[in-house]
Amino acid sequence: MILARPRQVSSILAGLGGARRLAVIGCQECVTVCQAGGRKEVSCLAHLLRIAGLKEGLPLMVTEATVARQCDTAYLAPLDPLVEQVEACISLGCGVGVQFIAERYPGVPVIPGVDTVGGGGTTAPGVWEERCAMCGECVLDQTAGICPVTRCAKSLLNGPCGGSSGGMCEVDPDLPCAWEMIYRRMKERKSLDDLRSIRPPKNWVSSRSGGLRRVIREDAMR
Amino acid sequence: MSFEPRIIAFCCHHCAYGAADLAGVLRLQYPANIRIIRVPCSGRVSEEHILWAFANGADGVCVSGCLEGDCHYQSGNLRAGKRVRILRNRLWDIGLEPERLRMFNISAAMGSAFIGLMQEMTDVIRALGPVAGSGGAR
Ligand code: SF4
Ligand code: SF4
Repeated sequence: MILARPRQVSSILAGLGGARRLAVIGCQECVTVCQAGGRKEVSCLAHLLRIAGLKEGLPLMVTEATVARQCDTAYLAPLDPLVEQVEACISLGCGVGVQFIAERYPGVPVIPGVDTVGGGGTTAPGVWEERCAMCGECVLDQTAGICPVTRCAKSLLNGPCGGSSGGMCEVDPDLPCAWEMIYRRMKERKSLDDLRSIRPPKNWVSSRSGGLRRVIREDAMR
Repeated sequence: MSFEPRIIAFCCHHCAYGAADLAGVLRLQYPANIRIIRVPCSGRVSEEHILWAFANGADGVCVSGCLEGDCHYQSGNLRAGKRVRILRNRLWDIGLEPERLRMFNISAAMGSAFIGLMQEMTDVIRALGPVAGSGGAR
């Protein structure tokens, strides 16, 4: 899932630029799970905006809506009549949702209500951790299922570095060293020999350097 | 005319409401500014309830649960306490004084302590003035 965390309401207010009729739009997928952008967060943010308006003596008209998925235009269509009535939207979807809403309503400013962090999952109640940086060329088969791109502070493909100590990363003493974890899992699997083979440089072209990435499946196309 | 704040007191059934009840039985007076809402457990009070109150005219909100360790649902009051702590930060972020939102822990036997807390809360909010028209965000 996509991890996100709520942005400060003061910075959302600062981005309103005089708009007083607002729609706060949530998403029922990932951001609901990490408690940044589901129905409840929509309601809390809407109330906080209303309270800020009340304080100022200039009421904000805030309408709440939460769709099944903001990254799917089919689910955005029912928002059309609502968005027609407002001067700005605040999207609590991830960055993808924000952009899909901005694309559908080019005349209406869309303010992100969350900061999108990355791909991850729930590791304990109330804790969500990044696991995949979406690098475009997965190496998990060579690293015992532990992602060095995401979990090693230096994204080393052939680790550990000299800073690994007592199983922890030199960058942060609370951060387990990814390569120590890889070593341990390989040892457990009796495949330590895999550690000997040198992983060649990754093809970063499929990562962030080549502009917009696309996923295409011909058999699913029109 | 002096400002009379509207204060919502969410009281858990087992302890805080019991304390309010005891205060009544003892014929103790407390400010008429307090509107009590009885909830099964302070842990039932979500961020939404508290924010709804402020957005609809409350000048102060308190969440009152059992003493720590005495929650009839084990940890409801601790959860409520955490929520209140986080919400106070969010209120501060939009420029609202965090003192407007309080968490109290009291037992059903603490009738006069309940009165004291309600009086104190009312005094603090009265001094802060109304939420409406108190100025823009930070
Ligand atoms: S190697 Fe790349 S694709 Fe695979 S988990 Fe790590 S970041 Fe994600
Ligand atoms: S100590 Fe381990 S996790 Fe940290 S940078 Fe070095 S190899 Fe990567």
